[in-house]
Parts: sequence; structure tokens; C-alpha cells
Amino acid sequence: MNDDKFEKDFETTGHSWDGIEEYNKPLPRWWVWVFYLTIIWAIGYSIAYPAWPMLQRATPGLLAFSTRAEVAAEIAAVDEANAAINAQLVATELTEISANVELNTYAANAGRAVFLTWCAQCHGSGAAGAKGYPNLLDDDWLWGGDIQAVHESVSYGIRNEQSDMARWSEMPAFGEILEATEIDQVVNYVMSLSGDPKDASLVDAGAVVFADNCSACHADDATGDRFQGAPNLKDAIWLFGGDFDTLKATVTDSRFGVMPAWEGRLSQAEIRAVSAYVHQLGGGE
Amino acid sequence: MTNTIKIVALGVITLCAMFAANFARDLSYQTHAIIVMLVAGGLFLVNVRRIGEPKIATATGYMDDVVRFGVVATTFWGVVGFLAGTYIAFQLAFPALNIEWAEGYTNFGRLRPLHTSAVIFAFGGNALIATSFYIVQRTSAVRLWGGNLAWFVFWGYQLFIVLAATGYLLGGTQSKEYAEPEWYVDLWLTVVWVAYLAVFLGTVIKRKEKHIYVANWFFLAFIVTVALLHVVNNLTIPVSIFGSKSVVIWPGVADAMVQWWYGHNAVGFFLTAGFLGMMYYFVPKQAERPVFSYKLSIIHFWALIFLYIWAGPHHLHYTALPDWASTLGMVFSIVLWMPSWGGMINGLMTLSGAWDKLRTDPIIRMMVISIGFYGMSTFEGPMMSIRAVNSLSHYTDWTIGHVHSGALGWNGMITFAALYFLTPKLWNKAGLYSSKLVNWHFWLATIGIILYAAAMWVTGIMEGLMWREVDANGFLVNSFADTVSAKFPMYVVRGTGGIMYLTGALIMAYNLWMTVKAAPAKAEAPIAVPAE
Repeated sequence: MNDDKFEKDFETTGHSWDGIEEYNKPLPRWWVWVFYLTIIWAIGYSIAYPAWPMLQRATPGLLAFSTRAEVAAEIAAVDEANAAINAQLVATELTEISANVELNTYAANAGRAVFLTWCAQCHGSGAAGAKGYPNLLDDDWLWGGDIQAVHESVSYGIRNEQSDMARWSEMPAFGEILEATEIDQVVNYVMSLSGDPKDASLVDAGAVVFADNCSACHADDATGDRFQGAPNLKDAIWLFGGDFDTLKATVTDSRFGVMPAWEGRLSQAEIRAVSAYVHQLGGGE
Repeated sequence: MTNTIKIVALGVITLCAMFAANFARDLSYQTHAIIVMLVAGGLFLVNVRRIGEPKIATATGYMDDVVRFGVVATTFWGVVGFLAGTYIAFQLAFPALNIEWAEGYTNFGRLRPLHTSAVIFAFGGNALIATSFYIVQRTSAVRLWGGNLAWFVFWGYQLFIVLAATGYLLGGTQSKEYAEPEWYVDLWLTVVWVAYLAVFLGTVIKRKEKHIYVANWFFLAFIVTVALLHVVNNLTIPVSIFGSKSVVIWPGVADAMVQWWYGHNAVGFFLTAGFLGMMYYFVPKQAERPVFSYKLSIIHFWALIFLYIWAGPHHLHYTALPDWASTLGMVFSIVLWMPSWGGMINGLMTLSGAWDKLRTDPIIRMMVISIGFYGMSTFEGPMMSIRAVNSLSHYTDWTIGHVHSGALGWNGMITFAALYFLTPKLWNKAGLYSSKLVNWHFWLATIGIILYAAAMWVTGIMEGLMWREVDANGFLVNSFADTVSAKFPMYVVRGTGGIMYLTGALIMAYNLWMTVKAAPAKAEAPIAVPAE
């Protein structure tokens, strides 16, 4: 073996533990030098950057580096670069934004970023909504779909406690008002408006229940009322679901969807941008 | 006399546990009280029945029964931990696996700490306790100190694992990563750990060898430091003596700092120093070669011990932590690079002159891969601690990949090698049941790790880049959900890697079982008597 020659140059330390011996070979030179280099680098780095805690505060470092200042500078740079166009966005009438190509492109891009950051959690990153969270791509609007209505919904939210201006309405829980059979009847009637009821024999009785209890908000022809956020029941678009069980639950216990107010949390430019973005997704009026 | 005290104590504990179960304020606490009541009550009955039995003469020779139990426990908890990990990997790829009717018990949030604790503390911890007991006896040439105290350590530790694991599923957690068990479980672990320290230190002190072998330095550093970390990080005030909830005494960012001082040194002392102790015994034993350099071992030991403890702040870059602390964490992490590699050099160079064994001995192959992954992840770690790198890697899957190349590669592989080494020796067999199965295990585990780590590098860097992507006006381009859906294919690859690693471990369990059951016995009598 070649190693025999190698071995002869080195003695073991002379101890043996359970048959294990130890050579006492020198430290690999590259290892020692890289170790020294990292130490020298560490000293240099900790002089250049904030590092050593003293009595009052830590050494600030020669480069005056600060992660907070770095982020603040980046944000300030972006704010400054966008300041002019943001001012223009705030000054322009909502309905006029789409007429200005440059402004509109900016608003749509900015609005998309705002939407993905703040709105996608409920409405989905594609804005298609989810159960209980409206789809923003279709042309069905609870509270109105022109840009002013969208802007109002975004600014003040729906049924929240944060804003006095929040849109507010509340459907009664009819489980406390109607008999169970009456609820079955009215659910079948509502189903018949946009498709097939579960039990066709209850539809006529349901129409009477509807006229007595529901038409005040959902209108005589069940097309809803945007002033109260009462959904159109004839368009086969359902927020929570249009099957018998879901509708029965909706009528019995009612629903209470909440959206936060964004005024105060987002800048006026951001709210206008996201309104323009949502308005242009496909369903805007 | 001691027996009487023991019986009285067990009776009192049983009664207290009954009260606790009765007055319990939450399900986790109640379940734990019942478990403690059953264990203490059972032991009480056993001890009462034994009254009057003649005292068994004190055994001599090495105390290997407890090591045998440790080998079994390590294998068992390993399989449990890998199974939980593979399952939660697929939960991330296919959320439907968060089964609806078991919501609140087996969803990802509950199973994830179960997985991490099972692999680190149950699998890794049992491996460390078992191997340290084996090694300290051999290298000190004496029986374990403290008589049955070693048994208390073993069973006490298993009780800790059961309390921790059931607590996670039932919602008893203090939400500190790798330190999730609640206050009473922490107290129990402290008692067990002090007993562990006593057994280990007692054995080292009464050693017949003149010098303390290097493996034992590492084990001792591991035991002492983990005790310190555990106590400081878990200083909490219970909300009620009859409830599992407690409030940590550290406020705000100080709590975060203490947590990651703990968290990083759980890696540094539990998963690095302790496992280096294993390496320093099993590698020279299996290779039948002297350790490469005593000088290197002493220098890298002290450098490692001194430097590791300061590196924790690198987990908190770009947070509320002051910049100076973050700088120091990063600087110490970089300087730590070479001391970490000292262990790798000593391990690999010990094999010089025995490289031919790589062809024939799959256990040596495991050791080499293990040391290789150790070197890789102790380079990757310092690199990721650099602020600029961390701004990309932090909160991404890259971190998960880094942890797993260390855990699966270094800790897993060296433990498998140790189990393959120990089983024939402990059960007095001529050799393993099948070397071919070891080879299968080796390749399944290695390819599994590579799939895992590669998948996490890809998703980690991809999601880091997606998160920071901004358009010309400075607006974010991607939503968080976009990054999640983009990761799907890599999540499946990661899960597949997990299946391979788990399959390898099952093959090992079978192989070890058959070794104990069916392998031919060793010709000569066992050498279970301390040398000299």
C-alpha cells in the first residue's frame, strides 16, 4: 500500500480508546488561511457596518448602513417617481381616467398590484371570487358596477364597523319569521326563477310568500335593488350557492358578508387605481 | 428505604395527576394528566408487587440494554417522523389531504411540529442518547455511572416525546419553533436532561482511560448547551397550574432573539456537535483507521463551540431586530464556516487509506455521503446568513431545503450508519442480515435527498424572485397565491423524494429486525466487559 510510506511520517498521539487511535497531523494550510481570512473579513465588515453594542448604542459603522433607511429610500424613490402621475390620477374625474391612455395604463398596472396585495385574499388573484366573495369579472353587481360605485365600495367597504360611510344592509334571518314549510316554498320559488325548483308543487305558494316577505328588498320581479345591495335572484349568479340546501340556509339564517374600508389604509391614488382596475376587468358598467 | 420513597412518590404523582385531569382547563392538558396518571400508577403497582423480592445483584460489564432499547426507539421514531414529513409534504401539494373530518387535529399546522419534533428530538435525540451511552462506555472503559438512572433517562425521554407529540395534535403548543411543548413538558424534559448530564458526566469522571476521547467532548458540549438553551428559551409563566397555556417572559423582539438563539443552537449543538460526537467514534471504527488529526479536532472543537452560539441573529435579518445584532449574527456565521469544515476534514481524511472500502462497504458509503452533506450544508448556511443572500432566501423554501440537506443528509445518514454498526454488535451477531438491503437503503435515501434539496432550491429561488419582482413603476407583479401555484410541480418532486427516503428507512427497519432475529450469532463470546 502506498499509504504505508505516508503513515510512517506521522506518529499517533499514543492513546487508544476502544481501539481508536489519533494521528496528530498538522492543520491543512488552506483551512488555516481561509479561517484567518474570514476572521479578517469579519473585523473589516463589523467596522464598516453597525455591529458592536456599546453603553448607549451600537457602533454605527463607517458606511452608515441601515436596513430601515434602505427600505425607506427605496419607497421614497418610487413615491417620488410616481408623484406626478399619482397627483394627476387623484385630480382626474373617475369617469375620465379611461380616456387618457397613459394615465389609464398606469392606473390599471398600479391597481393590479394593489389588488394582488390587498384584495386577492378574498376575491382571488384572478378576481373570480369564491363562495361568499363576489366574482368581479362578471357583469353582476350587488352595489353597482360603474366606476363611481366601485370606488365607493372600495373606499368605505361593506357592513364594516370601521367606516361610517360603509354600505350597509341586512337581510333578516327568516328562520325566526317564517314557518319551515314557508321557507321550503319560497326557496323553491326562487329556484324556479332561474332554473328548476326542487319541488315544483311548492312554487306557487312560494310566490305568495315571496311577495309578502321578500319583494320589499328584492323587488316584485326579484331583480334585486342595488341601493340596498339586494341581489338579483333571476340571473342564476349566486354568491353563496343556488342549490336547495344553500338557499334554505341563506333564507333561514341570512348572510352577512363584510368588506373592510380601504380609505385611510390605502392612498387616494391607490384606491382610484384599484377601482379603475376592477372596473376594467370585464364587468364594469 | 429508597424503594419506599419511590413508591410513595409514584403514589403522590398518580394522585396529583388525577386531580390535574379532573380540574384540567383544556383537552391537551387533560390528556397529558391522564397519560402521566397511567404511567405513574402503573409504575406504582409494579413497584408495590415487587416488595419483598430479593434484590438483583448489581450487573457488571457495559450497560448495553439501554442502548439496545435506544436503537429500537431511534428506528421506530425515525419511521414515524419520516412518514409524518412525507404526508405533510403532500398536504402542501394536495391541500385535500388536510382531511375535513380531522380538521383541527391532522391539518398541516398541527402535523408540522409533530414532524419536526419527531425527526429532531425523537429520532435524533434517541440516536444521540443511545450512541452517547454506547460510546462513552467504550471510550472510557467503564460501565455507565448511576445505575438505573440511564433507564430513567431513556424512558423519561420517551415520555417527553409522547407528551410533546400528543400536545401538538391537541393544540398544546407555545408556538416557538422547535420549542413547541408547553411549560410542564419543558419542566419534565429539564429533569430528564439533568439526569442525562449526570449519567454522562459521571461516566466520564470515573473513566479508566487517561484522556477523554474527542467524541465525548462533543457529546458533553451538546448536553450542557442544550440544557442551557432549553431553560432560557422556555422561561414562561403558566396561565393556570391546571392548563397548558403559558406566557413567555421575554418581550417582543427579545423573545424573537432568544427563540433564534435557541433555534440556531438546537441546530448547532443538537444536530451538529452531538452528531459530530457520533462521527468521531463510528467513522474511525468502521474504517479501522486512526483519526486524521488530533490537533485539528481540538481547534475546530473550541472554535465551533465558541462561534456557534453567536450566530442566531441571522434568522432575523430585515426584521425588528436592530441592525447591529443582525450584523454580528452574520459575521459569526461566516467565521463559523471553517470550524464546521474542520469536522468534515477530520471525518473524510480519516478514511484516507480506506477509500477502497467505499466499493465494498455500504456503511462507509453512508458515512461519506453524510459527511459530504455536512460540508455542503455548513457552507450553504454561512452563505444564506449573508444579508444580501438572505433578502432573497428568507421565508422561502430554500430554507426548508437547506435544513433538509443537513437533516436528511448529515443527521439521517450518519445515524443510519451508526444503527447498522451497532445492531450486530449489540445483539452479538456476526454481521448484518443483508448488505444488499443496506445498499438499497443508501441509494433510495441519497436520490431522495437530492430530489428534495433540488426541488426546494428551485422553488425557493423562484418564489424569492417572484416576491421581489416589481414593474417599471415599482408595483409588485405577483400575488402570493401566484407563487404558491407556481411551486406545485416541485412540491410533488419533493414529496417523491420523501417517499424514497421513507422507503429506505423501512428497508433499514426490516434489515435490522432480521439481523436481530435471523442473522447467525458471532462465534466468540461478546466483549461486554470493560477493557483493561
